[in-house]
Amino acid sequence: MNAVPDSRREDREIERLIDAILVTHGYDFRHYAEASLRRRILRASDRFGFATIGEIEAKVLTDASFFSRLLSELTVTVSEMFRDPEVYRLLATDVLPVLATYPSIRIWHAGCSTGEEVYSMAILLKEEGLLERSTLYATDINPAALQKARAGVFSASDMQKATTNYQRAGRREAFGNYYSASYGAAVIERELKDRIVFAEHNLATDEVFSEVHLVVCRNVFIYFDKPMQSRALRIFHESLLFKGFLCIGSRESLEFTDYEPHFAEVSHAGRIYQKREVR
Amino acid sequence: MLVDPALGAMVVGASAGGIHALRIVLRSLPVDFGAPVFVVQHFPADAVMLLPSLLAAECQLPIEAVVDKAPIKRGHIYFAVPGYHLLIENERTLALSTDELVNWSRPSIDVLFESAARVYREQLVGILLTGGNSDGAAGIGAIKEHGGYTIVQDPTTAEAPAMPTAAINATPVDFVASLEQISALFAHSKGRNNGA
Repeated sequence: MNAVPDSRREDREIERLIDAILVTHGYDFRHYAEASLRRRILRASDRFGFATIGEIEAKVLTDASFFSRLLSELTVTVSEMFRDPEVYRLLATDVLPVLATYPSIRIWHAGCSTGEEVYSMAILLKEEGLLERSTLYATDINPAALQKARAGVFSASDMQKATTNYQRAGRREAFGNYYSASYGAAVIERELKDRIVFAEHNLATDEVFSEVHLVVCRNVFIYFDKPMQSRALRIFHESLLFKGFLCIGSRESLEFTDYEPHFAEVSHAGRIYQKREVR
Repeated sequence: MLVDPALGAMVVGASAGGIHALRIVLRSLPVDFGAPVFVVQHFPADAVMLLPSLLAAECQLPIEAVVDKAPIKRGHIYFAVPGYHLLIENERTLALSTDELVNWSRPSIDVLFESAARVYREQLVGILLTGGNSDGAAGIGAIKEHGGYTIVQDPTTAEAPAMPTAAINATPVDFVASLEQISALFAHSKGRNNGA
């Protein structure tokens, strides 16, 4: 078997698919991290029952309704409420007391996917008495994921893990107060939803979103290549007020980007940084 | 010796019984091994990762923390972290993903092996050790297909034989052996091809 030429063909097919998506739907995947994007494309090919990636490209070019399903396969990330509890503990001790000194608070969750982490933040703000004067912007590239996030309906079985995470984050209230259970679903309380504005935003092509005090963008950079990570960091830097905060994924780093000098590290474990003016 | 230290990289996968098996294999790697070593050991997502610090005290090769987009250092050992798949990028940097579980695991051995196989091709050695599932079987297949060298622990010597058995059944593996025989491959790997 001549595997090497085969994988070259696969490379070419992936490039063509990415081009087809760009010209027909305007989504730019050219700067996504190659290894995980390849896996997702191959997975999508399997799920949709295609024999080759070329067949996905053909479908993208001929069937407009197909693309939204493909977009979900390529972009939806898996998360959970209070994922990495330690990070939420650090946000509560190191960041929220500073945000509390502002009359109104704006927080941007970039790449919020299906919303688990932005609801976690809303809970944190409520418990610190800050929710009423906070606005949370939750953005994602994928309209289907946003729709799910906006609905705030999760599987009741996920609430067990969420409760454990919540307690590990050092929170003491009854987590059950934040959702109502019905028919195997957990519906997030209205009070938490009311403070969140959901919107489509593409970090590959869109610009600054709003002026904010905190940007949370966790486990999104892992799907970008270095130039796109730098682009996103530029947008975050421009969106942040002076001394505003940035929180990224626990295994992500600013170290391999051009933007490291523009942020001061607040917590290494929490991957929390603060905007710094560089002259 | 069958395994050339001038190879591009080595990947190792283990599941049930893996802690003991990894200790034996990783301890045998000499200080001049010369290639990066990537390890997936299955753990629950919120496990406290004490294995790297445990092994740091025993191994001759330094253990390096896994961070997304970090350049890969030769002669260092990288442990995939619980909750993330570990992948290798073309430009020889680390990559992570929080995509869904593969073979009920994240990190998954297949995900690491398949991405490393594409990047290192015939310069990759893959070792699959003890485990109670079939993760790694497709990965060993991918390494073989790209011309790499495949090693699987002899299932009769494995604490949990299912994983090595699945790989052997799926692929004509290059070397099936006990942990001691596998370790012996590396014992004196002082680079014949130094400077190559």
